[in-house]
Amino acid sequence: MPMTQKTRTYKDVSNFDNWTSKDFAPGAVIVDPGNSALYITGGWRSNRPIWTKENCNDCMLCWVYCPDSSILVEDQKMIGIDLDHCKGCGVCAVECRFEALEMISEPEALKAEGGN
Amino acid sequence: MANVTVLGATGNQMVAEAFRQAAVDVLPAYPITPQTTMVEGYSKFVADGRVHTEYVAVESEHSAMSASIGASAAGARVATATAAQGLVHMYEQLYIASGMRLPIVMANANRALSAPINIHGDHSDVMSARDSGWIILFAETAQEAYDNTLIAFRVAEHADVLLPVMSTLDGFITTHAMERCELMDDETVTSYVGTRTPVNPLINGASASSHGMFASLGGTYFEVKKAQRAAIDASFPYIQEAGDAWENISGRKFEFIETHQCDDADFIMVVLGSSAGNSRVVADELRAQGIKAGVLRIRLYRPFPFKEVAEVLKGAKSIAILDRSDAFGAEYGPVGLDVRSALYNEGIVIPTRNYIYGLGGADVTLDALRQAFAEIQQLADGKLDQSLSYLGTR
Repeated sequence: MPMTQKTRTYKDVSNFDNWTSKDFAPGAVIVDPGNSALYITGGWRSNRPIWTKENCNDCMLCWVYCPDSSILVEDQKMIGIDLDHCKGCGVCAVECRFEALEMISEPEALKAEGGN
Repeated sequence: MANVTVLGATGNQMVAEAFRQAAVDVLPAYPITPQTTMVEGYSKFVADGRVHTEYVAVESEHSAMSASIGASAAGARVATATAAQGLVHMYEQLYIASGMRLPIVMANANRALSAPINIHGDHSDVMSARDSGWIILFAETAQEAYDNTLIAFRVAEHADVLLPVMSTLDGFITTHAMERCELMDDETVTSYVGTRTPVNPLINGASASSHGMFASLGGTYFEVKKAQRAAIDASFPYIQEAGDAWENISGRKFEFIETHQCDDADFIMVVLGSSAGNSRVVADELRAQGIKAGVLRIRLYRPFPFKEVAEVLKGAKSIAILDRSDAFGAEYGPVGLDVRSALYNEGIVIPTRNYIYGLGGADVTLDALRQAFAEIQQLADGKLDQSLSYLGTR
């Protein structure tokens, strides 16, 4: 048998839910760092945080506590919530001192958006 | 030019020498009878500065395999060794090592499992791990334990294999009895095993990588396990290549199965490990009496060489399959089940008897093996059924 050294790199993992047994690196090693951002976990959420910009004074307490890095910040100001990755734990709403964050039911939020 | 030293050595000594010559980077181990003198011998190499191995004196076999997994994922060449309760204490990690496709080489000194407590040789320990995704080799002799262990590194670390390999030798009979052995010179062995080129290592790789990933619902786990099965099924030619390359150096043949007088045999005994020698003696006795007896020894047990086994057995009138462990509640012991399955695949119907023998180090006498050959002659004549039976019980 030829002694070959295969190079296995998978830069695009966004479609990994459709990979077959032949597509994974041996042992399902992930060789592309930082690709967890491509995996959408927002669908796990049963409650959704609602941000009221007018009440927010950018203290960053929610940013500190958020376990999923879902508080979006630009130039030291909060600009929104990453709903693709927020799992709806509600810690941000508990920690907020200014009533700028509250949790509402995700199904109701979807209904209001006209979704399912 | 290869330079050979002839010496009297035990199987454990020879495996320790193989680990030394393979220049193992990390060796986490916990001593357990009858493996003890193997890792004791290796720790002396470390103490004497003859190797540059990180020897990790762990607190259990569970930790020995855990440390092996971490070091192997990092990219190191890793070996360890165990036996019996130690192997089953590693059970959780055995599947993790194979599932993560880590090329760890482990020697196992085949020994009985408790209860009752027994420290002697049989195959209960390794057979309990036979389907854990490891490539498994059985040595008949101390020399073969050395050869198998070196072949193991070359197979395990091949970029198209990447599976852990267990190199097993029978407790006390092979681990402790001194035999005439040939030790190859270090330079030749080093060049044979090469250095490990890790694929996607945890450290020092081309890019950062994550190992031991979560793959739950949605079928990802299923696909990865399917890939693991494909890898062990596809490993046969790589094992043969490594064995052939070692044969070119050592002059000692490597075959998945070894046959003795099987070509025209009516009655064939299938056996693994150290009992093959006695089986051959009895087959030769029978040949001298005009009875066509043969012995098939299985050296590669996982992946199981189904085709090769069926090819050798297809012309026999009856078969005795020897098992040095039991598969409680199954029709036969593990070797019996595999051999029957091999025959079924090829549409071959030959009567078989399965013999459980030598449990807990019970003697495997020539008389017991004569009995098995006598019984399968009766089996061929329809005077005995195919039930599981025992050799050497009172």
